[in-house]
Amino acid sequence: MNRILILFAHPALEKSKVQISLLKAAQSVDGVTIHDLYELYPDGLIDVVYEQDALTEHDIILFQHPFYWYSAPAMLKEWQDLVLEYGFAYGASGNALRGKTLANIISAGGSKNSYSTHGHNRYSIIDLLRPFDQTANLCGMNYLPPFAVHRTHDMPKEKIEMYAELYRQLLWKLQRDLPSEETLASLRYLNDWVQS
Amino acid sequence: MDSLLQAFIFLSAGVVAVPIASRLGLGSVLGYLIAGVLIGPFALNLLHDATQLMHFAEFGVVMMLFLIGLELQPSLLWRMRFPILGMGGLQMALTTAAITGIAMYFNQPWQTALAIGLILSLSSTALALQILAEKKLMNASSGKSSFAVLLFQDIAVIPIIAILPLLAITAPLTNVDTANIAAVVTADAHSSGGGNLIAHLPGWQQTIIVVMAVVSIILAGRFLTRPLFRFIADSKLRELFTATALMLVIGIALLMTTVGLSPALGAFTAGVVMADSEYRHELEANIDPFKALLLGLFFISVGASIDFALLGSKPIVIMEIVLGLVALKFIILLFLAKLFKIPGGGSYWFSFSLAQGGEFGFVLLASTLENRILHKETIDILTAAIALSMVLTPLLILFNEKFVIPRFKEDKSTTTADEEPMEEQDNPVIIAGFGRYGQIVGRLLIGNDIPVTVLDHSATHIERVRRFGFKVYYGDAGREDLLHTAGADKAKVLVIAVDDREKAKSILKMAKHSYPHLLVHIRAYDAMHYHELKSEGADFISRELFLSSLSMGEKTLQALGMRAYKAKRQARQFAVHDQKTTDRLGEHISDNKRYISESRHAQEEVLNILRGDRMSYRTSEDHSWDATGHE
Repeated sequence: MNRILILFAHPALEKSKVQISLLKAAQSVDGVTIHDLYELYPDGLIDVVYEQDALTEHDIILFQHPFYWYSAPAMLKEWQDLVLEYGFAYGASGNALRGKTLANIISAGGSKNSYSTHGHNRYSIIDLLRPFDQTANLCGMNYLPPFAVHRTHDMPKEKIEMYAELYRQLLWKLQRDLPSEETLASLRYLNDWVQS
Repeated sequence: MDSLLQAFIFLSAGVVAVPIASRLGLGSVLGYLIAGVLIGPFALNLLHDATQLMHFAEFGVVMMLFLIGLELQPSLLWRMRFPILGMGGLQMALTTAAITGIAMYFNQPWQTALAIGLILSLSSTALALQILAEKKLMNASSGKSSFAVLLFQDIAVIPIIAILPLLAITAPLTNVDTANIAAVVTADAHSSGGGNLIAHLPGWQQTIIVVMAVVSIILAGRFLTRPLFRFIADSKLRELFTATALMLVIGIALLMTTVGLSPALGAFTAGVVMADSEYRHELEANIDPFKALLLGLFFISVGASIDFALLGSKPIVIMEIVLGLVALKFIILLFLAKLFKIPGGGSYWFSFSLAQGGEFGFVLLASTLENRILHKETIDILTAAIALSMVLTPLLILFNEKFVIPRFKEDKSTTTADEEPMEEQDNPVIIAGFGRYGQIVGRLLIGNDIPVTVLDHSATHIERVRRFGFKVYYGDAGREDLLHTAGADKAKVLVIAVDDREKAKSILKMAKHSYPHLLVHIRAYDAMHYHELKSEGADFISRELFLSSLSMGEKTLQALGMRAYKAKRQARQFAVHDQKTTDRLGEHISDNKRYISESRHAQEEVLNILRGDRMSYRTSEDHSWDATGHE
């Protein structure tokens, strides 16, 4: 069974509708560890040793966050800068993360179509997530396509619940399995893998 | 009345001569010496008994040695062991050997020659340190080296005094004679009324008693002074502290006199023993004015006691001795300076400032008379020679400054100003007040390896925190002299953490006035106090309970279910808003010329703040991360 660690970053969860539902969904799955970064470190002082120990003890690392400005909220960047140290995550002796799996769980205001060459966001989600992809690569991790919730701002409650349920299933499935090489070759969203 | 008149004469001579001498660039020491000559028996003859005066004023040397001892923690002494032993030891050995050789050449028996050699090898601590301090060279390598040599000499006086009785070639005088001579010659016979009580004992017994006296001072200094000062400090009467400090120094002087030792050495030993004491700075601040006055008096009396009659009767011999002595010492010192690589002009400062006979010479000469080591005539001549060599020093320093040092100016790296500072006992941060507030500041700094000088005037406080390894000194930071001793002229930041608002303000005022370079970080009692401190030019002001209350508010918001990060931001925003409100009200205060009672004002202020709070929360609604564009 894959042990899952979710690094959750949302600076104003009290204003969120989608992310709070996703978070609750994750909390309902047994054996999933969640680090709520803004709640744990309101003054930005990240406990690096604690975070690194958590990484060592898990197989799948999920960055769950709103897709602010085509990236993660500041705290998650801070987390990467501090926790993914040379000698731990990368470098000659830095192989603590080797063979583990990384994926982003994101919520975005724009539609799926807007994230394309023709859409107003001009790039696909996969393209925009390249920095995470390469971060995983440098750390010797396997990077999966994202689980994404699009068009969040006017999303009806039922639809949010639907996504929360889908996310719950994703976590359950990830605990037991990972997408195969062949699946990954054509997979653009983890959403599709759960439903397959 | 008569003694008051005498005191008036001294003071006015000093007050007139010293500023003029300083203005002319001659230095204060020469000023005092000239003043002494002027009021002495060979000019205006306003003095009754210059010798007696000198003995009284020698007490200034006792105090100076006590203060020097206080500066010398055993650790500092240990770090200076090589220059002290090497330079100091060589200086004494070479000078003593040379002078002894010359004296033997003039047909003196070896014992007499050795006694003269030992006595003349000493330099004047009072004179040299005063000059070096005045030229701001104490931290330069020339100053450090001079200090090392002087220290070795000062320590060497102890064995010299013990050895001198063994050099006697005839039987000691009878008891009565000794007392008579002591009354004429030794400093301390007058001030104490006692005199040497052990002079009649055989040499070896005297030596044992001397050692025992020194050991008793060390033990008493280590184990008795701290409880004593604590007891005195608890009384919170400042003059009592001064009285205790003086009592201590005078008591040591008396004890030393009783056993026939130099009181200065006893005081020095006591000083070293107490150098680790938390009361050190306060002691320094209390003794220093007395020392300065008495040293001035000492220099005056040296000037006044120059025996121009003797000088007139044997001008050639005395001048030969003086010039020979100064030249010989200078050459040996210069050789040492080169040997120990004192850079450039520093070697000349070092050599000129130490090329003279010292005040210990007077004391030792007195004891040679008691012990019948030297003839009265020889002693008179040597005494005059030492005094004249001391007069010559400021002149030589002047010569050095005007003609020798300028030649080194081109080579920047060797000028004294560029030399590395002395042992880092001058901490960059001074914390005034080490209660609950100051301790946190101190712990953070010390945790970051920043050495901190701490002043506090609660003895119980000090006792407690010293157990945890803090270096805390007893004292009132509101006193300029104490702040100076704590190193305010070299420190970067003064943290005023005292809880008394008026006290805090007065320390701030004084620090800003005397040390404009010093950044003052200060603890404010409330907003009103904050404004007062701001107008006095404090560089950083922290309201004492503000951050603590703020974090209490933040945690309370969190307990009610607010997300930690939001609570944190709300608290921070409140702090910004509160700062603005406070500053705005501060401007209002300075605009408003009419008097508003403090309490009334404070009340009004609270209302204004509350009104402002509600308004600001309406306007500064947090729009951050609103789910418009993104999620």
